Amino acid sequence: MDNSAKRNILIAIFFSFALVYIVRLAFLQLFDDSYLRYAQQNVLQEQTIYPARGLVYDRNGELLVYNDAIYDLFVTPDQVKDLDTAEFCRVLGITLEGFVQRFEKMKKSKGYAPYREQLFEKQLSIQTYAAFQEKMFDFLGFNTVVRTDRKYKFSDAAHVMGYIGEVTEKDIEKSEGYYRMGDFIGISGVEKSYEEVLRGKKGVQFVLVDSKNRTQGRYKEGQFDTPAVAGYNIELSIDHQLQQLGEQLLQNKVGSVVAIEPSTGEILALVASPTYDPNLFVGRERGNNYMKLLRDPSKPLFNRPLAAPYPPGSIFKVLMALTGQQEGVLNANTTYGCRNGYMFVGCHPHSSPLALRGAIAVSCNAYFCQVYRSVVNNLAYPKAEKAYQSFHKHMASFGLGKRLGVDLFGEGGGLLPTSEYYDKIYGRYRWQATTTISLGIGQGELGITPLQMANATAAVANRGYWITPHVVKKIDGKPNPNPEYQNKHWTTIDTTYFPVVIDGMQDVVTAGTARIAQIPGIEICGKTGTAQNPHGKDHSVFFAFAPKHNPKIAIAVIVENAGFGATWAAPIASLMMEQYLTGKHDTRKALLERMLKGNLIHKNDTTITTQTIKH
Amino acid sequence: MIQQSQPKPSNIDWLTLVLYYTFVIAGLLCIYASVYRESNPMIYDATQNYGKQLIWIGASSFIGLLILLVDEKFFYAFAYPIYIITIVLLLAVLAFATTVKGSSSWIEIGGFRMQPAEFAKFGTALALARYMSGFNIKYSDRKVQLVTAGMILLPMLIILLQNETGSALVFASFVLMFYREGLPGYFLFIGLMMAVLAVLALVIPSLYLIIAIGVFAGLFTLVIRRNRQNLLIVLAVTLFAMAYVSSIGYAFENVLQPHQKTRINVLLGKEVDLKGAGYNVQQSKIAIGSGGLLGKGFLEGTQNKFRFVPEQSTDFIFCTIGEEYGFVGSVVFIGLYMLLLWRILVMAERQRQKFNRIYGYCVAAILFFHFAINIGMTIGLVPVIGIPLPFFSYGGSALLSFTILLFIFIRLDANRQNELRGAFD
Repeated sequence: MDNSAKRNILIAIFFSFALVYIVRLAFLQLFDDSYLRYAQQNVLQEQTIYPARGLVYDRNGELLVYNDAIYDLFVTPDQVKDLDTAEFCRVLGITLEGFVQRFEKMKKSKGYAPYREQLFEKQLSIQTYAAFQEKMFDFLGFNTVVRTDRKYKFSDAAHVMGYIGEVTEKDIEKSEGYYRMGDFIGISGVEKSYEEVLRGKKGVQFVLVDSKNRTQGRYKEGQFDTPAVAGYNIELSIDHQLQQLGEQLLQNKVGSVVAIEPSTGEILALVASPTYDPNLFVGRERGNNYMKLLRDPSKPLFNRPLAAPYPPGSIFKVLMALTGQQEGVLNANTTYGCRNGYMFVGCHPHSSPLALRGAIAVSCNAYFCQVYRSVVNNLAYPKAEKAYQSFHKHMASFGLGKRLGVDLFGEGGGLLPTSEYYDKIYGRYRWQATTTISLGIGQGELGITPLQMANATAAVANRGYWITPHVVKKIDGKPNPNPEYQNKHWTTIDTTYFPVVIDGMQDVVTAGTARIAQIPGIEICGKTGTAQNPHGKDHSVFFAFAPKHNPKIAIAVIVENAGFGATWAAPIASLMMEQYLTGKHDTRKALLERMLKGNLIHKNDTTITTQTIKH
Repeated sequence: MIQQSQPKPSNIDWLTLVLYYTFVIAGLLCIYASVYRESNPMIYDATQNYGKQLIWIGASSFIGLLILLVDEKFFYAFAYPIYIITIVLLLAVLAFATTVKGSSSWIEIGGFRMQPAEFAKFGTALALARYMSGFNIKYSDRKVQLVTAGMILLPMLIILLQNETGSALVFASFVLMFYREGLPGYFLFIGLMMAVLAVLALVIPSLYLIIAIGVFAGLFTLVIRRNRQNLLIVLAVTLFAMAYVSSIGYAFENVLQPHQKTRINVLLGKEVDLKGAGYNVQQSKIAIGSGGLLGKGFLEGTQNKFRFVPEQSTDFIFCTIGEEYGFVGSVVFIGLYMLLLWRILVMAERQRQKFNRIYGYCVAAILFFHFAINIGMTIGLVPVIGIPLPFFSYGGSALLSFTILLFIFIRLDANRQNELRGAFD
């Protein structure tokens, strides 16, 4: 072979290597963009900036919920150097074993890498944080990160406020990537239902990091960063003073109070008893406290005012009186005699016979059974079934038998049987008024939540309409934008049928069963109820609104297993109305005292029981 | 009386010199980029790699100038002494080595650290050229083959003992020069086939490979003239190939060190090791691949700047080129490198003295081997073998030795018109 040919062969070998390399480079640099992505993953770190969660005020501008800084301790194992472990454990208040355990646990967790920051200890106390901060320079590789947690200024209204906690896998999935592990989310109350309003918008900051994960600066001078937007503050319709009083009055009792401003549907107080301190859901003990409350047999987590169905008792008599008039089978002058009851429904002794107003005032069972019978067996309808459907329509128009749509989770719909329900039990056309007669006095297959009861009371107070009850009055200083909370739901009862019923309710307080609820100078219209309870002693029920003209408050009080409505429910309602309307609740000291001290849970505590009777 | 032969400036191959300085300065910029910190921008800092490299460039230029001023007969005359000195230095390393990154190839003389393995390359090249340009020397002579093989194997073995496998392998590149000087072409072919078989043996179970070789040999006998001699050759080659293939697996398991095995496994895709050997290559590919068509620009290479690429100023310096200057920059770089290699071969071929030509081929072979292994390693085509990219990589010994290697040839070339010393081939 000729020599220059050999040289050319060598040159060809060189060039073929060069060619292979160029082709390879073309693949790496031009055709495959995954390396570009990897490169960004290497250096770009997305840092989340957490916005401040919106604050919560009551309707008078009193701050109820705010944010508090919490301090998480992180460690980058690679950067820990010359650590005085004993001193470290002393400052942090942990044992040496605890120290070792934390590291072992960390190593087992997903996504562990020694050059990455790992959570070492959650939510240091402020004291520990301060002590740690002083020593920080001795503890290379450790770093504290500030987050905010909720703080509840008062221990009441837990069922309205709700609480926040760390997101679950499910929340993360549902949010389509908004939440990350460890984020907080509203779990109940307005914290949950107004989560998107309160949480604000997380900001993002892109920083460049080197191979040891140390920050090297902003990415492109921050042009891709988005600032965090603080959550909106919300103003509750709750009157905190009223709420607080309600909770005090219900202490050591099982029951609910719901107070509504009739003209707006704003919930003024939503009291559940037993309840819990919302601050139990703050901080490190969140999980433990939750389990404790969950296991508590008195069910403090149960949102009674929204969900517990009670036999409605006397509210039904009021609604029956309205329905009867609307259906044309009853007028103000209709009288029925009472022979201490109607069929198997008993009644208590009172003068007889009575017209409508009087019947309401004395809450005559026989009278309203008659009304019910005449409504359901109304000959204007071809069948009892049709008449019943009409009755059902009237009742439903007061918001019974379905969820009202309050802006809180956990609302129950109660139970208002449809004609199909009775068809199923008795067979079609096999039932009529007498079969279901106990409905007339609000017993039987009926369930009504305290919220529904207060709402129906508000509808009576409004002479024919109600607005969906809600607890959030303003968001960011502007009225709650939900149109439902402006919209009047008209009942199927004409306004003209209300005055006689309302007069009867006024008589209840001035001369009837609830004289104890009188407040000097305020015209109160109310109705006691003693709801028969298949599980034990009757529930004490009272619902009322005041003043009679231009009502400002409608209230429903239920005290479980407490007996007559007048004994417990009426005084409680009265005290609360007084508080709301006059700003005072201590004008009747003895009554207040008796209510506050009344203990219906610890039954064997006889001293209190005797006191109760004396009053 | 020896006639003083100062080279005329017009005789110096300026293209080579320009390419040399282009590479050295581009390399310096790459080293600067790889240690640059946005938070701490600096103009000059002698404690940093690029600062030291600048000093080394100065030193190299000075030595280069001396070489250009020295009588060209000096290199012929002192070829053996230089070779012997480098061998002595290599042995001295074995005795007084300073271990740097698992390799004990460094020697420290008064705070000055150097790597004699780098100098052994031009030492051996000079000795080979000297020996093979002697009168009556024919490469086809068995004795010549043995002597030259010995001259290469001696430094290679010492370097292997220093744990510098990469540098030792460089000596294998002299086979290209032997090819030019008369080594039959099929040696290159056999060498290539052995490399291919070695790779296949690591990927495919050796039993399948042995069967495949047998089948191939059987088919081969069908197309050749089946006389006794041919059949015996085929049989011998087949048996050798089979034995070779089955020994590869054994050698792989028992001879190579664990980290070398890992590197090879990673390259072959048998092992994913994103923290160790695989990490280097992966990060290197990411840096280069993220450069795109035009690159991110000078000092904008995030992967280099933020230390994702290990050994970025030395063995992985090409990453900086790939990331900051992109595909275009990489192609220009490869093009310029090819231009240099082509130029050296053209220069070698125009020599009237055999000594000069052989030396020239040695220079080209060494530079090519470094280029092929180093670039191939950064783009994931060759196992990670730690050898520098000539003129680019940070490192005093390397820069100095490559400068000497190249400048001796420039010096020899400047006197190419002078009288014959070696015999014509």
